[in-house]
Amino acid sequence: MAEEHKEIDPITGTPTTGHEWDGLRELNTPLPRWWLWLFYITIIWSVGYWIVYPAWPLLTNSTQGVLGYHTRSAVAEDLDGLKQQRGPMVEKLATASLASIVVDPQLLEFARAQGRVAFADNCAPCHGAGGGGAKGYPNLNDDDWLWGGKLADIEQTIRYGARAGDDKGRSGLMPAFGRDNILKPNEISAVADYTRSLSGLPTEPGIDLGLGKKLFADNCAVCHGPDGKGNRETGAPDLTDKIWLYGADKQIIVQGIQNGRGSVMPAWGGRLSESTIKALTVYVHTFGGGEK
Amino acid sequence: MTARVRTMSLDQQITSEPALARLVAEAEIGAAPPDDDVPLYAPRRKIYPQSVRGTFRNVKWAVLVVTLAIYYLLPFVRWDRGPNAPSQAVLIDFPNRRFYFFSIEIWPQEVYYLTGLLILAAIVLFLMNAVAGRVWCGYLCPQTVWTDLFFAIERLVEGDRREHMQRDSRNWTVETYVRKGIKHSLWLFVAWWTGGAWVLYFADAPTLVKELATGTAPFIAYAWIGILTVTTYFLAGHMREQVCLYMCPWPRIQAALTDEFALNVTYRYDRGEPRCSAKKAEQLRAHGQPAGDCVDCLQCVHVCPTGVDIRGGANLGCIQCGLCIDACDAIMNKLGRATGLIAYDTDLNIKERLEDKQPFYKPVRLRTVLYAAIIAVVGGVMLYTLATRDSEGMSVIHDRNPMYVRLSDGSLRNGYTIRIVNKQLKYRDFIIRVDGLPSTLIDFVGLPPRADGRQLVTVGPDQTKEVRLVVTDYSTTPPAASTSILFKLIDIDSGQTAEVRDHFFGPGQ
Repeated sequence: MAEEHKEIDPITGTPTTGHEWDGLRELNTPLPRWWLWLFYITIIWSVGYWIVYPAWPLLTNSTQGVLGYHTRSAVAEDLDGLKQQRGPMVEKLATASLASIVVDPQLLEFARAQGRVAFADNCAPCHGAGGGGAKGYPNLNDDDWLWGGKLADIEQTIRYGARAGDDKGRSGLMPAFGRDNILKPNEISAVADYTRSLSGLPTEPGIDLGLGKKLFADNCAVCHGPDGKGNRETGAPDLTDKIWLYGADKQIIVQGIQNGRGSVMPAWGGRLSESTIKALTVYVHTFGGGEK
Repeated sequence: MTARVRTMSLDQQITSEPALARLVAEAEIGAAPPDDDVPLYAPRRKIYPQSVRGTFRNVKWAVLVVTLAIYYLLPFVRWDRGPNAPSQAVLIDFPNRRFYFFSIEIWPQEVYYLTGLLILAAIVLFLMNAVAGRVWCGYLCPQTVWTDLFFAIERLVEGDRREHMQRDSRNWTVETYVRKGIKHSLWLFVAWWTGGAWVLYFADAPTLVKELATGTAPFIAYAWIGILTVTTYFLAGHMREQVCLYMCPWPRIQAALTDEFALNVTYRYDRGEPRCSAKKAEQLRAHGQPAGDCVDCLQCVHVCPTGVDIRGGANLGCIQCGLCIDACDAIMNKLGRATGLIAYDTDLNIKERLEDKQPFYKPVRLRTVLYAAIIAVVGGVMLYTLATRDSEGMSVIHDRNPMYVRLSDGSLRNGYTIRIVNKQLKYRDFIIRVDGLPSTLIDFVGLPPRADGRQLVTVGPDQTKEVRLVVTDYSTTPPAASTSILFKLIDIDSGQTAEVRDHFFGPGQ
């Protein structure tokens, strides 16, 4: 090739291709030989690639390749492999009773690991990444449970939810005493003050707690109990402890009495698998607040 | 074509006419076309090292046998560690993340021992260099040892230097092909065995040998054997001295590290020059004229595995293996002259002798003392840490969310994830104590208490265990936003402890 045009450009000392346009000559600076050969090899390699892998688009499909490889089936295979690997433990978790899971160290570790992931995916948006809760969303780490903190209680709450329309779910509403004209504003204020006094919080100076106490006995004690200790059947919180789901300010308590309360937890029974629900139950129970 | 342009700053004034003329002349010289004919790479000369006998050759044989024996056989050495650990003396157990070396067992987080070992290796290399030059290159380096072995095989099959060269220079006959075929087969066999020995360090050697023989070993083992076979075959059989000349960084570092007192394989030109034939030297001496001991027999060059002429002085290509000393001593003995024309010596001593002064050796110098001191300190620290190595440990991670939990009675609780490490090869029971808060209750979640009410954490042999621990502060005075607390891990049988500091968080005032 190069032998045909021996003409050398005098300025750069580079051979020319022999092409000339208006006195401009094209210099011949070929690619390095090693680079060229690597390029040829990659072209040959690509032919093999077409044969082995899916490559050329057709009208409705594409060439499939002799290996029958497909990225989607590869992912599906990986997932199947993972399922097979976890299969025996998942099976064990789904069939074991909750009480037996927590005393089997291996099963407990597996359940907590599964539970951690499931909790982050499904529960953390409301209850927080570590189950710390938020205003209106209970803290799952403490020892105060609205619907019960035993393994079976937690499982039932997760499976059927709270006020989510499920027959087996947790139900019970705080009525809107103000909005529904059951209590007058001054009465609501008196009950709110009395409620604060139950857990030793300061009340407004010079107030008559007697009125609040009477109103409490008439209206609230049916759910919250005569001494305000709450009732897990109706999800009525214990008003005598230091834990407040919405807050302990008088204004917040007044709001609750005026408009009622009734936050909803979805029922997870139809959405999560049996083993996942058990894993979540164990995981929440082992935050530290689980009851025996 | 390159043009060197000389730039001048504006404030630099050319005052005189001759200075300007000089600059112009320089610029013109600089612009001269460079010589394009000089090749960028020197062509390789094939080296046919001649066999040699002597002290240094014997030392090299001994080193070769000992180092290769260690390399090939060490994986088969057994070391009883009991039922819960492998019984191979030296084992790099990647699946279980352990390194075993006789009685020492290293966990991944203790890889600083490897750092210490590398520091020791570097300083020992420096010390060897300060005392007697490239001892590593000449005797101990794997490249040297395997190349030496491959040279020996080559001489065995293709004959010594002269025979080999003659056969190569003639037209190749069937015999040439057969001999070369045998040589490459033997080389490949040694290379394959080298790769085979390598993988035995990473799995139980007898089991893996069985698996390899029956074709049931894991693919990665075959892959590594293949890689090591190829590298050994090419590095020791084909690249040889090119590795030392072009690939290895140590000759460059060595040249920068050495000093004038370090012993090197040295041609004593004070004795050797002027060189001439043995007959002429006799005649010259008979007439009372000076004649050197070097008879220009080129034996020193012929035996050199890197093709160096040591008589040219200190040289990057010289790996200082001492084979030229053996070759020269043999010639001197035949000629009835004193041996040691080539010997471990210094250029400084040659100059001393030329000035009729006494040669001297100075192995104890500031640098050798410093190197030895560093070796002693690093080695001592490593031995001390190994001897006092804890066989238990603990890491504590505070919950990130929530930072603290308020309980219904108003007390505060913090959650921690604790990982307990048991480096002993038996089951151990631990308790944990938390100090630093006025009244605390600790509870391992999901761990039933024993009959005595204590919660024991049992950790398996050579294993770790993660547990969740909640600490509740029942004191009436609320703690500060952050209180420093001390976790104490106690082995209830031996009383060995490990301590970790962490914090107990609260809402603050």
